[in-house]
Amino acid sequence: MSLVGEDPWAVLRSATRARVALGRAGDALPTHRELEFRAAHAAARDAVHSPLDVDALRAALTGEVLTVASAAPDRATYLQRPDLGRQLAEGLALPRAGADLAVVLADGLSPRAVHEHGPGLLAALRERLGGWSLAPLVVATQARVALGDAVGEALGVRAVVVLIGERPGLSSADSLGVYLTWDPRPGRVDSERNCVSNVRPPHGLSYAQAADTVTALLTAARELGASGVALKDEGPALPSG
Amino acid sequence: MRRRAAVGGHTYEFPTLVELMARATPLRSGDVLAGCAARSAAERVAAQTLLADLPLATFLDEQVVGYDEDDVTRLVLDTHDADAFAPVASLTVGEFRDRLLAWTAAGDEAAISALAPGLTPEMVAATSKLMRTADLVAVGRRTRVVTGLRSTIGLPGRLASRLQPNHPTDDPVGVTASILDGLLHGSGDAVIGINPATDSPARTVALLELVDAVISRYEIPTQSCVLAHVTTTLRALEQGAPVDLVFQSVAGTQEANRGFGVTLDLLAEARAGVLALGRGTVGDNVTYFETGQGSALSAGAHLGVGGRPVDQQTLEARAYAVARHFEPLLVNTVVGFIGPEYLYDGKQVVRAGLEDHFCGKLLGLPMGVDVCYTNHAEVDGDDTDTLTLLLGAAGCSFVIAVPGADDVMLHYQSLSFSDVLTARQVLGLRPAPEFEAWLARMDLLDDAGRVRELAPDAPAARVLLAAATP
Repeated sequence: MSLVGEDPWAVLRSATRARVALGRAGDALPTHRELEFRAAHAAARDAVHSPLDVDALRAALTGEVLTVASAAPDRATYLQRPDLGRQLAEGLALPRAGADLAVVLADGLSPRAVHEHGPGLLAALRERLGGWSLAPLVVATQARVALGDAVGEALGVRAVVVLIGERPGLSSADSLGVYLTWDPRPGRVDSERNCVSNVRPPHGLSYAQAADTVTALLTAARELGASGVALKDEGPALPSG
Repeated sequence: MRRRAAVGGHTYEFPTLVELMARATPLRSGDVLAGCAARSAAERVAAQTLLADLPLATFLDEQVVGYDEDDVTRLVLDTHDADAFAPVASLTVGEFRDRLLAWTAAGDEAAISALAPGLTPEMVAATSKLMRTADLVAVGRRTRVVTGLRSTIGLPGRLASRLQPNHPTDDPVGVTASILDGLLHGSGDAVIGINPATDSPARTVALLELVDAVISRYEIPTQSCVLAHVTTTLRALEQGAPVDLVFQSVAGTQEANRGFGVTLDLLAEARAGVLALGRGTVGDNVTYFETGQGSALSAGAHLGVGGRPVDQQTLEARAYAVARHFEPLLVNTVVGFIGPEYLYDGKQVVRAGLEDHFCGKLLGLPMGVDVCYTNHAEVDGDDTDTLTLLLGAAGCSFVIAVPGADDVMLHYQSLSFSDVLTARQVLGLRPAPEFEAWLARMDLLDDAGRVRELAPDAPAARVLLAAATP
């Protein structure tokens, strides 16, 4: 690294993704820097608050699709009551599926991530899950990860995989996470799940990479009869969820 | 003890002190989630009315979290200083609020600041529940807590900042770039403190050596910290790393601290290890703690006497009792980090930040605030400006700043270096004195004492940027 050049601040900027060397307008940020920040925050805010377009998502999917809602009636409640986002809406019944595995597409904190990456990741998963019988696909709104436990129990499956929009960051509003839970039922805790995070091609994991990891985890979970930290030691290194 | 009060023609009843404290708390999402919030505005005022008439000394006899089952409660009561409490021992909570405001108006900092060892977390939490924003600011401003290691924190007319140069992979060049950017903006007088991407001893030692090298190279009167778990810091100490400060997140119940993997003995051991290094020049405060409303609830460790949920603001104040036992250099609440299920919007975040600052100061802590938010909370830069300027007016010891307000490792927004400059300018505040003198030596201040905007080819910029050359 050298300081020779037109703009020595570029030395700082090239060293990190952090917003260094932004310049100053008096003691504040210059207008264009302020607007860059607002644009990033706006994208993250919109990712949280633009609702999942269930009809559009269904149109992008193949096969039977069931739709469920959590017990959180609206976005404001969802954000303040994670407990309600983990329960199925009252009176909602799901048919026993007689299958090994259920896949849930859940809006989570970024419905946009589900729109952009849900169908692609699902297709990659289906290509790899030949040895598994699949329950009808479930699309869930105002959903937290643990809603998959209630869905999985109702469907009577041995495992559930939840594809869910992750909390948007300033530079990543469309990141999808995948959570695997063996023997799903309400009361499961986070340490009993495995997570594959940051599915977001081209910046994050590709669909093929994520689907390979999830398939390997599912196979290992079936052998062990459990998911979570018990599985983690033998599987690939995973980020915590 | 069961207590009753009538407001608006209805009588409200509170079975224990736990409910009374919770129902008296200004509305926040975390208490609704825990199921302990007031169920109506009138019930809240009824609880506040009863709280106002409660003798302060009640909190010495009647517990919110049980003495036998909780070591934080035992720490509070076993170390209570009756002499320090004596000037206010006969007052009710409401009278105590009035007395604090009277001392504040008279400028009697000494009377307020001497109370700390005689006050319990529940006393100050109860008092804060009766206060409005301006009360919290006014009293906070007159409560003096001064600490030091290689810079002095908490002097009147000063606002320090923690420079937080986090990087997603702890890349040394990336971390260094953020440190230099902060120093060029006059940040870093409280501490240069890194949250490591992974909690490994080797990584911690490498980051400690990196920051120590920058501090030594430019003879900067500040301290470093790598915010690893206390057990990791102990390992770094064993390896002879240059540790200035022991860091740990702490909470207000024994159970929540157990969730953090922390005991009081462990903290004492680490503090003794760092004290033995003798790295201070102006003081010997060698610990740094972070807290935040909601941390006990998020760990499912928020229950008090009889298994009743305790409100998050009272639990937060109890965390300060843990911190003060270890004579910290710095303590800050991370006020908007944990999410909208605990503090939903700007109003709740601003209120919580001011409550935390007030309670921490009154309990004798060098209180700072990480003014921050996540993207799923109803909070933005306007709200953080509001809280920052109010904290500056309240005499807050320090705030946290990251490049461009965007923490690219923890994925949340804190203050920018510019925000710190703006708060100092608007409120006439200055950096810590030793650090201010260093800024002057480095030719980073103009004639009016403000941090100068440097041309890229200015000698001071060139000197500092040379550190970015590996």
